[in-house]
Amino acid sequence: MKQITRRSILAAAPATLALAAIPARAAKNYGPGVTDTEIKIGNTGPYSGPASSYGTIAKSEAAYFRLVNDQGGVNGRKINFISYDDAYSPPKTVEQVRKLVEEDNVLLVMSPLGTPTNSAIWHYMNQKKVPQLFVATGATKWNDQKHYPWTMGWQPNYQSEGHAYAAYILQNKPDGKIALLYQNDDFGKDYLKGVTDGLGDKAKMIVLAAPYETTDPTVDSQIISMKAAGADVFVNTGIPKFAAQAIRKAAEIEWKPLHILASVGNSVGATLKPAGLQNAKDIVSDFYIKDPTDPQWQNDPGYLQWVAFMDKYYPAGDKTDGGNVVGPCFCQTLVQVMKQCGDDLTRENIMKQAANLHHFRVPMLLPSIEINTSPTDFAPIKQIQMARFDGQRWQLFGPVINGQAPA
Amino acid sequence: MSAPEPNEIALERPAVAGPASAPVAKPEGRFWTGRNIAIGAGVIVALTAPLVAHNFIIFQLTLVMIYGLAILGLNLLTGFNGQFSLGHSAFYGIGAYTAAILMSQNVDYYWTLPCAGALCFVVGFLFGLPALRLQGIYLALATFALATAMPQILKFEPLEPWTGGVQGIPLLKPDPPPGVPLNPDQWLYYFTLAVLLIMLAGAASLVKSRTGRAIMAIRDHPIAAVAMGIDASLYKTLTFGVSALYTGVAGALGAIVIQFVGPDSFPFLLSVSFLVGLVVGGVGSIPGSLVGGVFVLFVPNLAEQVSTGLSGAIYGVILLIVIFVMPSGAAGLVRLAAARLPFARKIRAARSS
Repeated sequence: MKQITRRSILAAAPATLALAAIPARAAKNYGPGVTDTEIKIGNTGPYSGPASSYGTIAKSEAAYFRLVNDQGGVNGRKINFISYDDAYSPPKTVEQVRKLVEEDNVLLVMSPLGTPTNSAIWHYMNQKKVPQLFVATGATKWNDQKHYPWTMGWQPNYQSEGHAYAAYILQNKPDGKIALLYQNDDFGKDYLKGVTDGLGDKAKMIVLAAPYETTDPTVDSQIISMKAAGADVFVNTGIPKFAAQAIRKAAEIEWKPLHILASVGNSVGATLKPAGLQNAKDIVSDFYIKDPTDPQWQNDPGYLQWVAFMDKYYPAGDKTDGGNVVGPCFCQTLVQVMKQCGDDLTRENIMKQAANLHHFRVPMLLPSIEINTSPTDFAPIKQIQMARFDGQRWQLFGPVINGQAPA
Repeated sequence: MSAPEPNEIALERPAVAGPASAPVAKPEGRFWTGRNIAIGAGVIVALTAPLVAHNFIIFQLTLVMIYGLAILGLNLLTGFNGQFSLGHSAFYGIGAYTAAILMSQNVDYYWTLPCAGALCFVVGFLFGLPALRLQGIYLALATFALATAMPQILKFEPLEPWTGGVQGIPLLKPDPPPGVPLNPDQWLYYFTLAVLLIMLAGAASLVKSRTGRAIMAIRDHPIAAVAMGIDASLYKTLTFGVSALYTGVAGALGAIVIQFVGPDSFPFLLSVSFLVGLVVGGVGSIPGSLVGGVFVLFVPNLAEQVSTGLSGAIYGVILLIVIFVMPSGAAGLVRLAAARLPFARKIRAARSS
């Protein structure tokens, strides 16, 4: 046995200091809703009301967090996912989010759904300094880290998608007459702006921009007007219910434009099947996520993993509905952020790590698409790829398009 | 000046002159009626609640008062004057946007209430003029048209510089006046409570006055009322105006408390909620409006707790049960209980002897 001499103590000093330093680095720093065994995450979504088809996103997230917990949670902590119904009504969203923040003491609110609903809580979240992470809407205004440092989007924003559609039209039908269907709110007008801006001085190609309200029973009259206006290009940015009606009506009145469908409405299960698959032939859309009904992913490990998850944790979920794909993707991104936080689970560090994602992939994103954020770039996904529907499935074509990061 | 009620006259007349030693019949217990005790207890609870409750509960209670006030507006029109309205979400929205637009022009929040009220009175009055030609379901349709038009009018492009278009207008929560030891949520609660009490008193005195009796006469027997010389057109349009005023002030308060107005915040469904609250509280009952406010805010939350997926269906079931058990609303139930309960019978027997 070695003798403890002064020299040996001095020799051991650096090691001791190093050992003393390590606990300090791994010091636990907890924000609200965090304990050694649990992290509380809040969420709101439209379980009822006009947008209730999107309620499945929150349900798939709850299911995915059950999987995460079964696998031991994140750094040993289980996720307590608290999700409330806001019926897509902004005053209700305010009430439910206040409940989450003030009564349930959640650490952050993840993927609240909808543009008007997120608009209502935007200032509150930033005032209270609670992360409003990966909002489930592509409105361009969420990626404004200078003025709203606690809010971050996730999916490619609608304006950059609109730019991509405009570029596609200019390439493929430069002399076309464009009709556009859009929802008469923040979200729809964002698409309209993207397409208009993307066309630049060719914006007069748009002969009819027809809005609809979520409370409208049909969009048939808008489609009839479009055919009457002589449009031969149709940019269809409706949510599934209205996108489907538009496709069906266009087929009924034998109007066959170059049909561009926005990503919000391109789910085979939610849109194309109700519209009639044969009516949807040759429709073009943009993707950043793997369509679960596309046979090209049949043997893809990411897809198989997702199917296994759905079978075990959310068997009632529709495996043809893209909403059930996007939910787990939000979760996986959040799990990565929390992993990067380690034991420093404060709200500040959550935002810091959310702005620190590099070349991060989740299994159900298209192979060449990555998540990248930085303190000056709060837009996690900026890339998309075009696809054409052949009557049965979406066929990807062309290169990955880099959408512009919002100004 | 209201004419005295019949039984007040009877009491004011002194007892027939009897022996000098016999005391004049004193109207004992007149003040401490069950009703006044209940009101007093309610006011005490309302005053102390924010001192003990969490901010979120205070926020919810403030919303209950606001919805109650909006429903009171509808009650004045439908309950007391018999004019059906499915359009009160429009007046609520107009009041809310008035407050929002004024506050974004740096007008103090308390001035927005009279402005919202005044504007809504004018709009309600103007809407009431053509509405004179419509009865029952046709009036319902006309008001439905107003409610449906409102969100789109709010999104209308030429109006965007004022309304903020689809983005809506965010508002800052007002701070309590300097020196007041309350947090903003508590202050807003007391502010709303004060406004509510003033407007409740206004409604109560309106209903008890000659004007109120004229308004109710038009509801009960329109032809007889006109035959008695009541100017039905004037009273009906005035009632529309006052009703819109009440709901508009509620809307302004709502905007301040929620801190956001957007076109999607005032859909037709909101009118339906007000109607539900009106019926559940008791048509024609002023305090019933507050019960309606409680129902409209808390029962959807309750239904959600039972089952998120079936919250709409459960809300429907609860509503059906309530209507079945209390067909005249909460006010009807209280009246029934007051009539049936033994101690109430004793009090009445004592009073009549």
